[in-house]
Amino acid sequence: MNNSIKKNMRSDLDIIFGWIKPNSRLLDLGCGDGTLLQRLRDEKQTSGYGLEISTKHINTCVQKQLNVIHQDIGQGLDNFSDNSFDTVVMTQALQAMEEPHKVLLEMLRIGKEGIVTFPNFGHWKARLHLLINGRMPVSDLLPYEWYDTPNIHFCTFTDFEILCHKLGIDIIHREVVSQTGSWLKDFRPNLFGDTALYHLSKK
Amino acid sequence: MPSVFGQQSVGVVTPQTYHFDEPLFLACGRTLPKYDLVVETYGKLNAKKTNGVLICHALSGNHHAAGYHDEKDKKPGWWDNYIGPGKPIDTDRFFVVSLNNIGGCHGSTGPTTINADTGKPWGKDFPKLRVRDWVNTQARLADTLGIQQWAAIVGGSLGGMQAMRWALEYPDRVRHCIVIASALKLTAQNIAFNETARQAITADPNFFSGNYQVNDSYPKDGLSVARMIGHITYLSDDGMGKKFGREIRSGSFQQGIDEPVEFQIESYLRHQGNAFSSSFDANTYILMTKALDYFDLAREYGDDPASAFAAAQCKFLVVSFTTDWRFSPDRSKEIVNALVAANKPVSYAEIESNFGHDAFLIPIEDYYQIFDSYMKGISIDE
Repeated sequence: MNNSIKKNMRSDLDIIFGWIKPNSRLLDLGCGDGTLLQRLRDEKQTSGYGLEISTKHINTCVQKQLNVIHQDIGQGLDNFSDNSFDTVVMTQALQAMEEPHKVLLEMLRIGKEGIVTFPNFGHWKARLHLLINGRMPVSDLLPYEWYDTPNIHFCTFTDFEILCHKLGIDIIHREVVSQTGSWLKDFRPNLFGDTALYHLSKK
Repeated sequence: MPSVFGQQSVGVVTPQTYHFDEPLFLACGRTLPKYDLVVETYGKLNAKKTNGVLICHALSGNHHAAGYHDEKDKKPGWWDNYIGPGKPIDTDRFFVVSLNNIGGCHGSTGPTTINADTGKPWGKDFPKLRVRDWVNTQARLADTLGIQQWAAIVGGSLGGMQAMRWALEYPDRVRHCIVIASALKLTAQNIAFNETARQAITADPNFFSGNYQVNDSYPKDGLSVARMIGHITYLSDDGMGKKFGREIRSGSFQQGIDEPVEFQIESYLRHQGNAFSSSFDANTYILMTKALDYFDLAREYGDDPASAFAAAQCKFLVVSFTTDWRFSPDRSKEIVNALVAANKPVSYAEIESNFGHDAFLIPIEDYYQIFDSYMKGISIDE
């Protein structure tokens, strides 16, 4: 199971990697251990910063000689000026934001483009879990109980795209990955894809 | 060398005095015709002279940053927790240079040393200094040592201000700038604490308008109170509460007993004040706090710290501590935001700690790790 998650994570990063142009200036919101930033720096000569709140992750990023800044993205991003980055990336954190719609707008204020990834709450397993058990879904991708989860704003792909439309955000690319690598995700992404990746820009 | 002080100590160190005869033009408009700097070094300068690390001391610091002055010495230098073999400022890799700034009172030219023109101690007539004056003397020291470019310049508090000023004044002479618990400029509250401390000194009848030396006097009580005020602001409310609480050192609150009560914190602070005023000079304290107050990194850059940093060529590490209210994390964030706006490489960590401003001197695991990781990434083979 661990292996398949790892493989899957790698494919997330592969897709993001493909969307980012060489020599871009990046801001990675919640950069974790800096895997993405490091790869982009080394292979696409990107520059920029990662924001992180875990000192353990900050230390790992410093070991990799990445620029990492201790900052809680939930507390706002108003210290970054308009259009100061080519791309602002946020992986697997949108659902943990108190005001996801405002974060999206902030990302596209600071960056010319934005990339977000989030777990799909419309996945068939989540739907089935709620339907059969009558309880909030708990799975390996979403392993938390409803009362102690950092993930407070779930959405499905469809919900997300409606929001983008409302906010005047253009979807440049959309990709869906599935842990099981199912071909079905291409057929019915909102039902069979477990993670969504969106490449966004302002209209 | 095998040392009684253990594997991670630089062992016994001996300060050296460097004489400088070239006049130093100061920011205040006056000139210091010549001056001495007292310096300690740890580790070895490599053949290319690319492994130099400059330590800039804070308000009450001096050249003695690491090691011991003799085998019987009980207390090591002020930053021994972070300087030594295998420590973040690793003396197996780096050649570490630590000096007593001019205006100081530990051997470098300052208010207590003799003014050659008058044959008397400088006293209150010692020129007012700014951070940039120290940076200029440090640059001359680097010339003397043959160090064209420092691998890193490191400083906490007032030391961090020197490190930042270096990055602006001598951008090609520093590769990494490490700024710990510092600020772009002091807040009104911070200046207020300094002024209260200065007033404690000048109100002491033994101050003699600063000419206490020639009057065979010394404002010890005033300086003690000044230090007590400072010390309170270097600790956190929480830390002080945990360490001392309302514990009583002597006396009793029992009814019917008229015995004056002394709290532990009172005795601790008085002890700190006394110890400090026995080894520090009052004029130096006034001079150093003034330099702190006057510092404003961006003053001559249209008050825009981002344009101040525009010319910097080095990478930055900025560190702050959660309970530091004298140089709060907000001040460090201002530094970081300016660096980001100037598109400079910077990493920033806000370290969870109970130790207030003093945290920068104390071994704290997260701080130690991040500092160590950063220093390990510094190339000494440029």
